[in-house]
Amino acid sequence: MKTLSKTGWLTFAVMLALAILPPVFFLTGNAFYLDLATRLVILGIAAVGLNLILGYGGLVSFGHAAFIGLGAYAVGIPSYHATWGGFDMVASYNGLFHIALAVGISALFALVTGAISLRTKGVYFIMITMAFGQMAFFLFQSLNVYNGDDGLTIDVRSELPFINLDKPLHLYLLSYVSLVVAMIVVKTIVNSRFGMVIKGAKGNNERMITLGYNTYIYRLTAYVISGAMCGYAGFLLGNFTTFISPDMMHWTRSGELMFMIILGGVSTVLGPVLGSSTFILLEEVLSSLTIYWHLPFGLMLIILVLFIRGGLMGLLIRKGR
Amino acid sequence: MTAMIEIRNLNKSFGGVTATDNVNLTVTKGELHAIIGPNGAGKSTLIAQLSGSLRPDSGTVIFKGRDITTKPAYTRARLGMTRSFQITSLVMEMSVLDNVALAVQARQGHSFRFLKPARNVSSIREDAMKMVRKLGLRKRADDPISALSHGEHRQMEIAIALASGAEMMLLDEPMAGLGPEESKLLIDFLLDLKGEKTILLIEHDMDAVFALADRISVLVYGKIIATGTPDEIRNNADVRHAYLGEE
Ligand SMILES: Nc1ncnc2c1ncn2[C@@H]1O[C@H](COP(=O)(O)OP(=O)(O)OP(=O)(O)O)[C@@H](O)[C@H]1O
Ligand SMILES: [Mg+2]
Repeated sequence: MKTLSKTGWLTFAVMLALAILPPVFFLTGNAFYLDLATRLVILGIAAVGLNLILGYGGLVSFGHAAFIGLGAYAVGIPSYHATWGGFDMVASYNGLFHIALAVGISALFALVTGAISLRTKGVYFIMITMAFGQMAFFLFQSLNVYNGDDGLTIDVRSELPFINLDKPLHLYLLSYVSLVVAMIVVKTIVNSRFGMVIKGAKGNNERMITLGYNTYIYRLTAYVISGAMCGYAGFLLGNFTTFISPDMMHWTRSGELMFMIILGGVSTVLGPVLGSSTFILLEEVLSSLTIYWHLPFGLMLIILVLFIRGGLMGLLIRKGR
Repeated sequence: MTAMIEIRNLNKSFGGVTATDNVNLTVTKGELHAIIGPNGAGKSTLIAQLSGSLRPDSGTVIFKGRDITTKPAYTRARLGMTRSFQITSLVMEMSVLDNVALAVQARQGHSFRFLKPARNVSSIREDAMKMVRKLGLRKRADDPISALSHGEHRQMEIAIALASGAEMMLLDEPMAGLGPEESKLLIDFLLDLKGEKTILLIEHDMDAVFALADRISVLVYGKIIATGTPDEIRNNADVRHAYLGEE
């Protein structure tokens, strides 16, 4: 067997802790910590997905919260209609259908918005992805059927074979396994020939085009994969919070997601997970200490990002030779 | 002799500057054609229009019998054309081997392959390594491009052009900034390629140009003022006056 690298060990340790600690807390009567861990793991999936294009592709997408929101509404809307009637085409509690819808809709939204956004670059790309995200936000805000701004309560969670999402432990384990799969998927993609093209285009797009790569199509594909992963995270988040609102799609949410990645370390598979964990835990600790937690929280994050190059991953793995 | 590339009535201006002024030029298969001319003559601009990174204002570019004037750069590359850059253009954060491997991979068709690690694709790795060795960069194979010297960067430009397997190479001042030793090596290297590849070479180093070229075109203010064999160019009065004479 090949020996694990330092990064390999760190990944193993973090993922082992996530596998064991939250369930143990739960089983010993500390349900709250499982809740926290579920949120952190779900946002971890979204961050890992966004990192495919942000970290490895060098494309700063500022609208990824929209995909999470779409995924959550893909649970909320069918469930709502299954309870209250109407919209027979989608009315259903079937979790597999919800997943297909969440992934399908967010992939489609990524395809359409990506096809346009990827024609631009730099600051324009950031602006236009943000604009598309806000478009989704305003669209759901105006949908009065689903309570617009006030949001939608999910009365019945997605029904899956063998898994009961009403049980916190089931939901956590599904989220955890999903995170592991997401990490493996991203790791495999970035090491593949496709991944080399994406990484090459980040470093020098013109050179890649000159070599014969239509980088636009490769980037668009990565964008769709990334959007679909966030849509799936939205499916889990909807089932976790059982309350969804357009606020999930707001650009500040996209910003938080980006922040998690930068905090944890871009272009690493574990980085976004470390980032989402630190983000959620810090938020929790500070908000329990004082109601004026936003300012110290923001300052701490900025200091962390400014002074540790390469994020937490850079801090933990010293790149010595 | 068959034409590899034909340039017809090509024009390009930037605001008031005419960088390409009704250029007509044919490079035949297997020829090493050099373009010389003073700074700002429009040599790089010409290459950019041939490789597809810049659209001409008017005129036609025919490559292997196909009109490619409006084709994007990646399509031209797929048809068998490659270029090197006057200002080194590589993927800085990737290793020497990975940079060359990307050129080899491009040649193998589409890259919508998601599962197998790229580094385990032996057909790519072996070809890339062969090229790295050929350019004398074997010890540097795993170093990031950013750690290389200027001379090594110039070698990489050539390695990548070669690794892409293109029949036609557009080389924009490959010797820029090289010392006499390094230049000599590169000249020998290009001599080896003569006949095998069709090369359009832009170069300020006159020794290199006269040693390598089958034919030479002289570009001044975007216009080709003369085309001929090295001897003809050496003895051309206009050229001596406009360009060589000033040296
Ligand atoms: N993108 C651009 N925008 C405006 N002007 C440009 C642009 N590119 C080139 N030019 C102008 O076009 C002319 C030709 O430039 P070009 O770089 O092709 O010259 P060159 O022959 O390659 O020169 P050198 O020997 O210095 O490399 C110059 O006057 C240059 O300033
Ligand atoms: Mg030039």
